[in-house]
Amino acid sequence: MNPIIQVKNLSKSFGANVVLQHIELEIEKQQVVVVIGPSGSGKSTLLRCLNLLEKPEQGEVWIEGRSLMDKKMKIEEIRTEVGMVFQQFNLFPHMSVIDNIMLSPMKVRKWSSSQARKKAIELLHKVGLTEKAEAYPSSLSGGQAQRVAIARALAMEPKIMLFDEPTSALDPEMVGEVLAVMKDLANEGMTMIVVTHEMGFAREVGDEIIFMEQGQIVEKSSPQQLFDNPKHERTREFLSKVL
Amino acid sequence: MRLEFRFDIISDYFPLFMRGTLYTLGISLSGIILGSILGLIIGFGNMSKRWYLRWPMQGYIHLFRGTPLFLQILIVHFGVVVMVIGKTDAIVAAITALALNAAAYTAEIYRAGIQSIDRGQSEAAYSLGMTKSKVMRYVVLPQAIKRMIPAFGNEFIVLIKDSSLVAVIAAPELMYWAKSANAQYTRIWEPYLAAAAIYLVLTYSLHRLLIYLERKM
Ligand SMILES: Nc1ncnc2c1ncn2[C@@H]1O[C@H](COP(=O)(O)OP(=O)(O)OP(=O)(O)O)[C@@H](O)[C@H]1O
Ligand SMILES: [Mg+2]
Repeated sequence: MNPIIQVKNLSKSFGANVVLQHIELEIEKQQVVVVIGPSGSGKSTLLRCLNLLEKPEQGEVWIEGRSLMDKKMKIEEIRTEVGMVFQQFNLFPHMSVIDNIMLSPMKVRKWSSSQARKKAIELLHKVGLTEKAEAYPSSLSGGQAQRVAIARALAMEPKIMLFDEPTSALDPEMVGEVLAVMKDLANEGMTMIVVTHEMGFAREVGDEIIFMEQGQIVEKSSPQQLFDNPKHERTREFLSKVL
Repeated sequence: MRLEFRFDIISDYFPLFMRGTLYTLGISLSGIILGSILGLIIGFGNMSKRWYLRWPMQGYIHLFRGTPLFLQILIVHFGVVVMVIGKTDAIVAAITALALNAAAYTAEIYRAGIQSIDRGQSEAAYSLGMTKSKVMRYVVLPQAIKRMIPAFGNEFIVLIKDSSLVAVIAAPELMYWAKSANAQYTRIWEPYLAAAAIYLVLTYSLHRLLIYLERKM
């Protein structure tokens, strides 16, 4: 079977600052890959290259066999297949929760309003927020907002979900509710790449863990291997600081 | 000098002042509306990544913000309008000059408003598969416009006051009639204070309306 995401020799820099160097990565369908590493190591940039929020400069990226570097490829089409959840939620403050979720299915997928509503309610049920459908984002707690953001991304029925530190902006007591939704999603077979500092989640849910440092993938292995018996000294050092 | 206030001058000129006020409002309103439309194009051009769109728009903004409106009115009246329609027309020239001038300022209002929206908003919208125009239309503009309203209101207030400059090309607005009353009676206080009072009523009402709108949004 072909990998759903394939990255070959990907490099990226901002001016003189080299942020990604020769990244090689293959992710199979239904895999959950967790990315860890110190601040500034390029984790976000890697994720953002996969849905073209950043333009990869060098190398090749394929999503479901389609090259992101292909000039004829429509960026928007790729993005409908790749959902993203941000650290800062980024809900649209001028719309109610349900309108946040319905907007893109209606405007991009051209669903009817009743079809989009049905899907939105189904997703709100899934993330446990049916009663917040008509609320505005400003009235939600951080954990609720992030669950709505997950529902909003899922409404496009993406094949891949990217999570960039989805719980880092949350009060500790709300981290669990968001991780629970993500765990359900993983169990349903969603292909996921998750940047997180939640090592418990990484160990429990991750099929593979990637440790990044200075724009490079230092180590990539199973959670057991990486946490209990890291191959590289740098991985060991990082883990000793965060665990 | 004996202080006396001749109300008869004001009552003589009252109908002309009223008509002048309507012209003042009409010219300013046309100026802000046309200027906002033109400003939208200039503002977006100015935000473009393409230099051949950005540079001319930046030039436009610098030109109209960096030279006196008084001068712009004269050039538009005696130069541009005559060139285009073959004769002078004070009202057309007044509206054109104010609109061209307001466009430079509203272009900056659009830019500031749009750039004040957190980048995460458009990134989230892009990540949901929206095109650039959909991101603008459904996510960025609805939020940005709310923030632009006070600035647009201020620009309108400025334009009402600055529209008095078109008296120089004999557009029959409020200031023009104040000046002609001043010339006819050789009196300073009555016509000019009356005109000042009317301008104040216009700008202050607008100011209150803006506060009301801001509260409601
Ligand atoms: N838009 C940008 N322009 C310039 N430099 C950037 C930009 N985005 C990221 N960088 C730089 O790229 C490097 C990697 O950033 P990135 O956000 O990918 O790291 P990260 O691993 O996600 O870090 P963190 O854990 O702090 O989120 C940093 O040095 C950062 O300053
Ligand atoms: Mg990051």
